[in-house]
Amino acid sequence: MMMADEQAAVAQAAESVPAVSGPIFVEIFLLALLFATAISMIRMRQLFSVAMLSGIYSLLSAAFFVALDAVDVAFTEAAVGAGISTVLILTGVALTAKWEMPVDRERQILPLAIVIVTGGALFYATLDMPAFGEATAPANAYVGQAYIDQTPTDIDVPNIVTAVLASYRGFDTMGEVVVVFTAGLACLLLLGVGAIRGGGRNDDGEH
Amino acid sequence: MGHLILRVTIKLLFAPILLFALYVQFHGDYGPGGGFQAGVIFAAAFILHALGFGLGSCQRVIPPNWLPVGMALGVLIYMGCGFYTMFLGGNFLDYDVIQPDSTHHAGQHIGIVVVEIGVGLAVAATMLQIFYAFAGREPEPMDDAW
Repeated sequence: MMMADEQAAVAQAAESVPAVSGPIFVEIFLLALLFATAISMIRMRQLFSVAMLSGIYSLLSAAFFVALDAVDVAFTEAAVGAGISTVLILTGVALTAKWEMPVDRERQILPLAIVIVTGGALFYATLDMPAFGEATAPANAYVGQAYIDQTPTDIDVPNIVTAVLASYRGFDTMGEVVVVFTAGLACLLLLGVGAIRGGGRNDDGEH
Repeated sequence: MGHLILRVTIKLLFAPILLFALYVQFHGDYGPGGGFQAGVIFAAAFILHALGFGLGSCQRVIPPNWLPVGMALGVLIYMGCGFYTMFLGGNFLDYDVIQPDSTHHAGQHIGIVVVEIGVGLAVAATMLQIFYAFAGREPEPMDDAW
């Protein structure tokens, strides 16, 4: 009789714990790798290695997002963070210095203090956050639940992320596209004069 | 010019990457992905080609003066879809009016596909534009090796 009660209690406890998508040690392993990559990026002085490590950092973040069941975010992180950003940083490194200049100890104190205070505030804020995947969390309860309920009847596409992105919040996505367009325009204005003329090299200052 | 092994690998991977970009573009309704990711993957294929074979051979396929046109055209396709729904009497980006009285929400599907094409075109052109802008500049002569 006691055994059955205990089993029921255990089953109830297991149900009340929010469903974690993967084994917890996978997530801890990925977070540890992210931490190690970040530390080695700070300690590295050769900018080529730092650029490659930032690509590895993005790829690890993408794997972590997959472990959290956020495949769309993971896809974007892998394509943009690990792919394009790394190449753009490398082309930037190719145009500037290859090694980072050492910084005086005195000038490192203020950034360290800012980082520690900000990090502490973020850790303090996580104490108030609901558990991951909790159904009653504000992000899942109100408009998120409405999107999940309404997408089959309103829009009828299987990927709810696309439904939210392109239809429910199409106006936001238009703003994002304009932001991307503006970034390209800014690069064109600042760097790409030769590109308009047909890709010839920029020979400013030779006349 | 990159190493021979790199060049052969890039040649093998180039077409599958483009195909994958198109898959991500048009399968965004059903699986992860969409215009943003597809545009980035599409641009990444050409960037990979430029890294292996030099910027010049890549710019013969996609001339640099096409890219601002592609950037603007992508944004215009997106906004044009919004204005089209307004002319049909709906709200801005209210896709239902494209194909009203449809039991399968065809208007929503058409609207999403059109808008995603605009996003993909704008993102792919912008990414290539930024890469061209950076890679097209002559680097300063360096005294230390990589």
